[in-house]
Amino acid sequence: MAEDLHKLAIFRGLLKFKSNVQKIWGVLIFLSIVTTIEVVLGILKPEFLLSYFLNMKLLNWIFIILTLVKAYYIAWDFMHIRDEKGSLQGSIVLPLIILIPYLIFILVLEADYIFDVMNTGFQSWNF
Amino acid sequence: MELTAAEKEANLWSGGQRPLNASYGKLMMWFFIVSDALTFSGFLVSYGFSRFKNIDSWPIADEVFTHFPFLHGIDAPMYYVALMTFILIFSSVTMVLAVDAGHHMNKSKVTFYMLLTIIGGAVFVGSQAWEWKNFIKGEYGALETKGGQILQFINADNGERVSIADFSISIPTERSAHKGSNGVWYKSEGTLPSYSVNEVVEGFQGNKNLVIRIEKLDTNGQKIILSRDDSLDKVENAVAVVEGANLVHNEYGNRLFADFFFFITGFHGFHVFSGVVINLIIFFNVIIGTYERRGHYEMVEKVGLYWHFVDLVWVFVFTFFYLV
Repeated sequence: MAEDLHKLAIFRGLLKFKSNVQKIWGVLIFLSIVTTIEVVLGILKPEFLLSYFLNMKLLNWIFIILTLVKAYYIAWDFMHIRDEKGSLQGSIVLPLIILIPYLIFILVLEADYIFDVMNTGFQSWNF
Repeated sequence: MELTAAEKEANLWSGGQRPLNASYGKLMMWFFIVSDALTFSGFLVSYGFSRFKNIDSWPIADEVFTHFPFLHGIDAPMYYVALMTFILIFSSVTMVLAVDAGHHMNKSKVTFYMLLTIIGGAVFVGSQAWEWKNFIKGEYGALETKGGQILQFINADNGERVSIADFSISIPTERSAHKGSNGVWYKSEGTLPSYSVNEVVEGFQGNKNLVIRIEKLDTNGQKIILSRDDSLDKVENAVAVVEGANLVHNEYGNRLFADFFFFITGFHGFHVFSGVVINLIIFFNVIIGTYERRGHYEMVEKVGLYWHFVDLVWVFVFTFFYLV
């Protein structure tokens, strides 16, 4: 088994752990901090983060980026992708990061178009 | 005949070896996870589609999910789902600790951590059921227009939501639920709302301090509140009373919101449930020593992968349903 093959450094080597168990708790603390930040931001909704960037609130961009950060650490440390061979890492992650943004691009763009049609068209949804 | 290192390297992909350094079972679990991830992203992106399509009238999640156990009538948005998120992340941690204990062939620790994981998963599913219950039951009630728009009621004096039960008058009527037993057998209807449209409308007309809030959002992202005169015009369009949410009607706003909520959190909840069942099977196998005899705890690792994936999906569901 692969007990001695765990890579014990996270944050690009900034933080090194002595054992795998310690790394797990470290990652838990990091994930908890990120979740707490999300929840606090979601409750407070600071005024300066409500401005729009690329058709979406800055706050929502922060939420999505923090979510991706959490997803990275869950996959890399809890699911041990960090310890897998590069070829396996690639075959798991590449299909997802190619297909999902493609799907998002097509459907969200189409949704925005439909919104415009319904918003500015002759027919209005007012009944 | 033993292969030399050079031969092994040359024949890496021709069978008999593990080119990706992962066993068959683990690879198949990864296959499943990648395809399931694509399924979930399909659901979440179609939720995004509906949301961007109705970007100026989507329900505000903070107003929909406001309950916390034992805090009745207190407006507590987010706290409960935050708690659920922590529970699921924590059960993910106990799972990975079980995997680690498995690497060290420590049977008692694997048993203990698996048990904690199962408890965490069960608590999460229970929490989700409670969340569904509140969502289905609803809080204030609303009217629905012929076009499917939701009209909610606001007290103009203090700007707070008003429940239809607070102002509806009682008009005696003979209308009762049509059951299959007292009519044509193939036609029946579910429970009628507590109030008829007329009772709500006349109660509204009688209360001068009530106004209507429509689904449309203003530039600050708040629901638009109509003036009293506009409200009186609007209330004429009402065709149905809506209490709570189901797949057809939704008192919180756009009905697609309820549909996606039920479908995506339901599908995720089903994953958690099956995860708990699989965890239980592995747990009992650990207890009776199946993996001790087999010489390795790789099954724990495989089910762990699935369990972390469920956690991973929840991270996204949490963001897109409750935060964004």
